[in-house]
Amino acid sequence: MPVSLVEGESLLALDVGAVNTRALLFDVVEGRYRFVAAGQAISTAEAPLADIGEGVRRSIEHLQTITGRVFLQPNGALLTPSQPDGSGTDNVVAVISAGPALKTVVVGLLDGVSVESARRLAETTYARIVDTIGLGDTRKAQEQLNDLMRERPDLVIIAGGTDGGASRSLQKVIEVIGLVCYLLPENQRPAVLFAGNQNLIEDVRTLLQKWTPILHFSPNVRPGLETEDLGPASKELAEMFPAIRQLNMHGVEDLNLRCGGLLPAAYAYGRMIRFLSQVYGGERGLLGVEVGASAVTVAAGLTGDLRLNVYPQLGLGENLPRILKQTELADIVRWLPLDISAGFVLDYIYQKSIYPSSLPATKEDLTIEQALARQALHLAIRSAARDWPARARPLQPGLLPPFEPVFVGGSVIANAPTLGQSLLMVLDALQPVGITNIILDQNNLLPVLGAAAQRNALLPVQVLESGAFVNLAAVVAPICEADYGTVVMRVRLIQDDGTESQHDVKHGSLEILPLPGGQSAKLQIKPLRRADAGFGPGRAGTIRVAGGVLGVIIDARGRPLSLPADAVRRRELIKKWLWTVGG
Amino acid sequence: MLAPVTHFLPLTTIVRKRLLPVKGKVVARLNQRVIATEVVAEAHYAREYVLLDVARTFGISPLAADRLIRCKAGEELTEGTLIAEKKGLFSKTMRAPSDGRVIIAGNGQVLMEVGETSLELRAGMPGIVTEVIPDWGVVIQTTGVLIQGVWGNGRMDTGLMLPLLEKPADVLTAAQLDVSLRGSVLLAGHCRDGEVLRAAAELPVRGLILSSLMPSLLPLAAQMRYPILVIDGFGNLPMNPSAFKILSTNVKREVTIRAETYDRYTGTRPELVIPLPVNQEVPVAPDLATFAPEQQVRLRRAPHVGEIATLTRLLPGSTVLPVGLRVPAAEVRLQNGEQIIVPLVNLEVIA
Repeated sequence: MPVSLVEGESLLALDVGAVNTRALLFDVVEGRYRFVAAGQAISTAEAPLADIGEGVRRSIEHLQTITGRVFLQPNGALLTPSQPDGSGTDNVVAVISAGPALKTVVVGLLDGVSVESARRLAETTYARIVDTIGLGDTRKAQEQLNDLMRERPDLVIIAGGTDGGASRSLQKVIEVIGLVCYLLPENQRPAVLFAGNQNLIEDVRTLLQKWTPILHFSPNVRPGLETEDLGPASKELAEMFPAIRQLNMHGVEDLNLRCGGLLPAAYAYGRMIRFLSQVYGGERGLLGVEVGASAVTVAAGLTGDLRLNVYPQLGLGENLPRILKQTELADIVRWLPLDISAGFVLDYIYQKSIYPSSLPATKEDLTIEQALARQALHLAIRSAARDWPARARPLQPGLLPPFEPVFVGGSVIANAPTLGQSLLMVLDALQPVGITNIILDQNNLLPVLGAAAQRNALLPVQVLESGAFVNLAAVVAPICEADYGTVVMRVRLIQDDGTESQHDVKHGSLEILPLPGGQSAKLQIKPLRRADAGFGPGRAGTIRVAGGVLGVIIDARGRPLSLPADAVRRRELIKKWLWTVGG
Repeated sequence: MLAPVTHFLPLTTIVRKRLLPVKGKVVARLNQRVIATEVVAEAHYAREYVLLDVARTFGISPLAADRLIRCKAGEELTEGTLIAEKKGLFSKTMRAPSDGRVIIAGNGQVLMEVGETSLELRAGMPGIVTEVIPDWGVVIQTTGVLIQGVWGNGRMDTGLMLPLLEKPADVLTAAQLDVSLRGSVLLAGHCRDGEVLRAAAELPVRGLILSSLMPSLLPLAAQMRYPILVIDGFGNLPMNPSAFKILSTNVKREVTIRAETYDRYTGTRPELVIPLPVNQEVPVAPDLATFAPEQQVRLRRAPHVGEIATLTRLLPGSTVLPVGLRVPAAEVRLQNGEQIIVPLVNLEVIA
């Protein structure tokens, strides 16, 4: 039985993505909330329909077909609340990632301080920074004005100044923003978020309110020189996002009204990761990564503190060629297990950008898609790590901090042909260190659970515990300096039924210790040659591990992972790793 | 499932809305017959803005500066016109740096717009103006061939279409470009050499229709002043048989290439139009369809990328592909008779 009448309500969650729109049903089954089913349709944000409503309707119709339940009235309106015959739903929540990244201008004062905070704030949503203005900017006001008139930004984020501190410099920049808003045609004026010196709020309101379609204020992201607090501003930005979208995307306003607050998918994802870090994450923090068509999202939850980074330029959809501004083609090719030329990969990148919804149907295309996912995720993590606080300290500089667990998702990872391929993409891109569990969000539920959490706090918890997520594997990844093939660790796995297995782990190897999913075991680790498996250099330890679907993985390939320069040898090695995880 | 549509049509009615990016003046009239290069609307806007900080330059307060400013909003100034003057022992003056119009004067500053730029919106295809949208643009209608592409370099022009390919897989070389082709629109296959694009510019040509282009040539292609329309994609792809057949049977006709940037949100696509007379009305082809048997489809991804096929059967539920992905799919018959299974998302309807 449901815990209470309110908590027993069904929930329909809508996820409007760049490629697909999904309708997900959550309901109470045997007294606990469960993810029941998902309907899916092509997103219709793009022409010729250019109205997300059609994709939403079709995804709900698909859900109706799957479940045999009715959610739409004959006139197309959602049937709420749920009816005695089981039709309808009690609650609706929605998230959106469809649409081009917002062209964003970030404004602050000191380059490494408020400008940086404004940049970080912009990175918490689907934004592409097109200009940065701060005290270090050598342009005259007139040049800034002309540059912004050319860029025609969708959004301006203004930070800067400590509360009650000096305001003159910031006022001058705000005047430039005001002129830009005044000069641009009414339908092209940017939205403005002011998150700076709170003493300037009234000045900003007086100057900008008449000339911008959307003006929001949030507490100062830099209340003091040494303190940064992005949380309230990030929430404000998340509320602005659908308002900005609805200026030029049909159907957003309607969906926003229907669900009582549409959220950017990345923000809702981050909210869920923060929640998980409070519930499940220890001192080591918890990491969530999602590789989607619209963006790569990285969310680090550190006991309730969230660091959210959204990278539209690394999304595997229409923006795909932009990845080449951040990486060399050779860095993508290096992940390929097949002999495919760099030119072929380049053709693939551009062809995929024309047809972002298309899927790989050949082995060559699939390996390129997965190589791109690896590199995009690798770049995203490296970039996000700049914003992590000191307490998310890696065991060695440049490596991933020892997060536990790591949630992974996004279509290319969640829908890989085998779970082994999903895991290997994650291991190659993230290169986790120490001992961690890799959990696959195979239905991409985290964003919608993040949106649902504000309506029903019990639902996400019970869905998480319902088996809707797949524990891919417990991974042990030591850091060590040794020659390839040298034994660097001895591990002994003692299962609860008394079965024991012992393994000598060689440097450079990737091994699976079979441990059926759902079962747990004791794992004794004895490092050699001062290898560090998470207990400190050369220190032994014993932990309990839960078996993932791929058992326990010992990833002793080295950190950072160094691939052979010789292409033939490298491809053979990658094939061997793929074979190890099941092909 | 909704199906994206690309048009390769030998005869259709084409209706296109042509709008200015900023408010302006529509110069075309309702029912006016226009040619592709004809200006249908125009707008004028400032090339740049000049911000003159009188208070700062004179070292006085904004309020004091306002008393010295001699111009007001809306005023047209010529270069050297006095904007503000401070008299006294250390007199100072500020003058208009160039011809322009005062936008704002106050708070110790003067904002001027200078260097007017004119934007001329061309018809983009020959036809009849069927609707005038005041201040913004027109709707133009014509009948003829419509071929849509996947990439355009933002240019537009009209010319006689001359063929430089015999087979869909032909590769265009610089050696094929001679002076007899000057002023024409070239129908060609794959382009893999930047020298080809430069040689075409030197002739010059009025347009280049390609089956495919190497991605490494995109920056160069974007710089070319003549329109380049890519029909099938990037890499070495032959021209699809549908487009090849239609275009090769229309050579030596006047063709308009509007190689606009593909914008998936507004629906703007690069395309070419060959106007043809009709005896009776032909319908406008829909831009959206639902997948169904007997439709002509183009394969968007390997294997068989770019090939045209006939959709023979929609497979129920999801299908496991040889690579292991489980997706909604359809059975299609290639033109060589081979039946294959293709994910629906890798198909687009040709109509």
